[in-house]
Amino acid sequence: MRELRKGRFRQTCYGMMRWPLALALVACCPLLATAQSPDMFNPSSPDAAEIRELFYLVLAISAIIFLLVGGALAYFIVRFRDPPGAPRDDTEPPQIYGSQPIEIAWTLAPTLIVFVLSLVVIRSVIAMRSDPPEAGVIRVRAVGHQWWWEFEYPDYGFTTANELVIPSSEVDAEKPVYLQLESADVIHSFWIPKLAGKTDLVPGQTNRMRLQADTPGLYEGRCAEYCGTQHARMLIRVNAVEMAEFEKWIENQKRPAVVAPGVEAGRQIFMDQACANCHTIRGEPAVGKFGPDLTHLMSRETIAAGVLENNRENLSDWLADPDHAKPGSRMPNMRLSPTEVKQLVDYLMTLE
Amino acid sequence: MAIAESGQSSASSPLVTQLHGWVTTVDHKRIGIMYILMSFFFMVVGGIEALLIRMQLWVPDNTLIGPDTFNQLFTMHGTTMIFFVVMPMLTGIANYLVPLMIGCRDVAFPRLNALGFWLSLFGGCILYTCYFTGDALYGLGSAPDVGWFAYAPLTSPAYARGGAVDYWILGTSVSGVGALTFAVNLVATILTMRAPGMKLNQVPLFVWMMLIDAWLILVAFPPLTAAQIMLILDRYAGAHFFDPQSGGSALLWQHLFWFFGHPEVYIMVLPAFGIISEIIPVFSRKVIFGYASMAAATAAIGLISLGVWAHHMFTVGLDDRLDAYFSAASFLIAIPTGIKVFNWTATLYGGRLQMRTPMLFALGFLSMFLIGGLTGIMLATVPVDWQVSDSYFLVAHFHYVLFGGSLFALMGGCYYWFPKATGKMLSEKLGLWHFWLLFIGFNLLFGPMHISGILGMPRRVYTYQAGQGWEFWNQVSTVGAFIMGFGILFFFINIAVSLRSGKKAGDDPWDAWTLEWATSSPPPSYNFEQILAVRSRRPLWDLKHPEDPDWKYE
Repeated sequence: MRELRKGRFRQTCYGMMRWPLALALVACCPLLATAQSPDMFNPSSPDAAEIRELFYLVLAISAIIFLLVGGALAYFIVRFRDPPGAPRDDTEPPQIYGSQPIEIAWTLAPTLIVFVLSLVVIRSVIAMRSDPPEAGVIRVRAVGHQWWWEFEYPDYGFTTANELVIPSSEVDAEKPVYLQLESADVIHSFWIPKLAGKTDLVPGQTNRMRLQADTPGLYEGRCAEYCGTQHARMLIRVNAVEMAEFEKWIENQKRPAVVAPGVEAGRQIFMDQACANCHTIRGEPAVGKFGPDLTHLMSRETIAAGVLENNRENLSDWLADPDHAKPGSRMPNMRLSPTEVKQLVDYLMTLE
Repeated sequence: MAIAESGQSSASSPLVTQLHGWVTTVDHKRIGIMYILMSFFFMVVGGIEALLIRMQLWVPDNTLIGPDTFNQLFTMHGTTMIFFVVMPMLTGIANYLVPLMIGCRDVAFPRLNALGFWLSLFGGCILYTCYFTGDALYGLGSAPDVGWFAYAPLTSPAYARGGAVDYWILGTSVSGVGALTFAVNLVATILTMRAPGMKLNQVPLFVWMMLIDAWLILVAFPPLTAAQIMLILDRYAGAHFFDPQSGGSALLWQHLFWFFGHPEVYIMVLPAFGIISEIIPVFSRKVIFGYASMAAATAAIGLISLGVWAHHMFTVGLDDRLDAYFSAASFLIAIPTGIKVFNWTATLYGGRLQMRTPMLFALGFLSMFLIGGLTGIMLATVPVDWQVSDSYFLVAHFHYVLFGGSLFALMGGCYYWFPKATGKMLSEKLGLWHFWLLFIGFNLLFGPMHISGILGMPRRVYTYQAGQGWEFWNQVSTVGAFIMGFGILFFFINIAVSLRSGKKAGDDPWDAWTLEWATSSPPPSYNFEQILAVRSRRPLWDLKHPEDPDWKYE
């Protein structure tokens, strides 16, 4: 009987070892293959890096507990199970009602872990919550809308949408950007996993957040709080660029729109149709606030909150039927004729 | 499943009389069974919704069901599973068992008990009427699309026009009142109707946990109902409780909702704790390890769970000190929960484990609840929560707790007590299929969600772009969902087959120790021929082992 149990135990152990190995293999391949995913394991800012370290710490503690308890569980199951086929045994095993020292021990041990963890958490919460911005730091007011992002640079006097441009940190200096987060309608959440944890945008309240990118690059993120029909397509792109390039970009964005020759028809459609009610084009009569500011539309890589690449074809499709690309979008279908769409796109393409 | 109220009438009575008997019954056992049947029905509905959700996420940019339908599906799935699957199943099992376990003839308020069931069912019917009603704005079948948490101001009249949200409010609040009647009844029954000699520290652990559970319901559901009334006032009477544009607060809803919502997690999981505290000892042939610390831990969980609600709100911009407090309090709850897990594991030690289906479900519960609990610790770590909350990591976490934990144990309970309720055994073979398909499917479904969450996939999205590294994990999840669906199918097949041609159970098929096994299977409407006097925690053990009774050790 004992031999039977021993044999079974050994066999089961070998069987169980195959699984973690196979799982680890399966888990590694896609992780390595998709360095593009917006994951928190490749942080690019001090805050995101600290969160990753904390995650590893808690993961390690959890893994130890899991191995201890899960191991005991597995061992007891294998060791004490009634072997199938063994002769029926009607005697009851010895009854153990409890043990005070053991129970006290496994109350105190978790208490200690929990106490230490709490201290660690409190320390890092205080360290990571951002203070009000100091003078000279770049400020951005980010407003969540159903379903796009408004980014206002109050110190420079312009507003853009969906694509946030920030300076990346340089060798000698950190360049944090302070976000002031607000919502125009329902609750949204601002989440760029590689740069920071998420912070909600709550109507009637202003939240703060520090955003910093150690290296230049494009960081993707999205709205993380369910906000209605197109919550899934409320993407954010953060473009971290070197300081010189950032300043060049600022200079361009500060300029009001210039009316290029030959697009008067499209401009007229924009101003006469409802477009101007929702969109602003600085320097022009269009001062609407419901939709994205279009003053420098062509400086953005995407339209419709990151859903479509910003090119002539997509712009035409979008204007012809916004609901096709983004069903439920707040942009109404203006029922423009193909000629009108073409003229309007001609005009929009000049907004650089 | 027909249980004879009185032997001669039911055998010959036509269907209508039988049905009439069920509809008008005030017998706690019949009401319990009706709760469980209701829960099975909604499990199928909620499961189909879940499968549709998984099908939509099979490939990036899928256009199978589109954003509006998807948003309605996850709202209905969450609401259904919480209010109309887990709640009625635990209510049904408790309703059936608690009077039997404490050796009394019925609950304290039998009519109130019946009212509670009909309110719960009525709530479910109200919620699902939405699929059959027209709506000026959305057309036929406009289900609520605001999530089961119904965050204001998305639910305010400005953003949720039409009647869809009202179905959600009415359905859940009516069933919430049903839950309250159940809780009042249960507390009164346990405190006043125990068998002669049965002290409160001798009731089975399931009864202990249901007592705390009922107490939690009494504290947690009224704030939800209050919040729902406020929302209705916002929507129809021009109030502005949750409307920031007019001086209301969007976060007020979250505070009220999670003050219900977090205890609700424990309301759903405490009965599971109770069930496996009954199953593990019987199938290990051992007394539970540390009865007193189990009961004390339950009470501690009940208390602490009322003070942790804002850990659902770490990202909304509360004060640092509040975040720190709620983080620490959430860690604290790991201690009593840990004690329970250790005690269950210790009960296995030195036992003679009989791997029958109820035991498999109990062990499945243990391993998956362990994972869910540990990821819970990660989520209580505030900065980590800033990254993983509202991502698929969170979806994985709470499904490990509520499905792998709560529902697995509740299903184990169905296997364990089915012979008592019907007089027939469930098939072990089909039970094995059910368990293993469910277990494998479950882990394939929710395991990869930890990874897709860490890779940045937010929850509640109807689609995602290609090239984020999420496709593979979503496809594994979807495959798992269908395997699990087949598993559930085996459950229902098992019930149907066993009802027709199951093995006869006898009064005490598992050789167990609590009072419900001291009466016939199924029990008569008056429960016991004779009420036993109780001297210890395992009255039937004392009866079976007069040479070594339990009361010597207590």
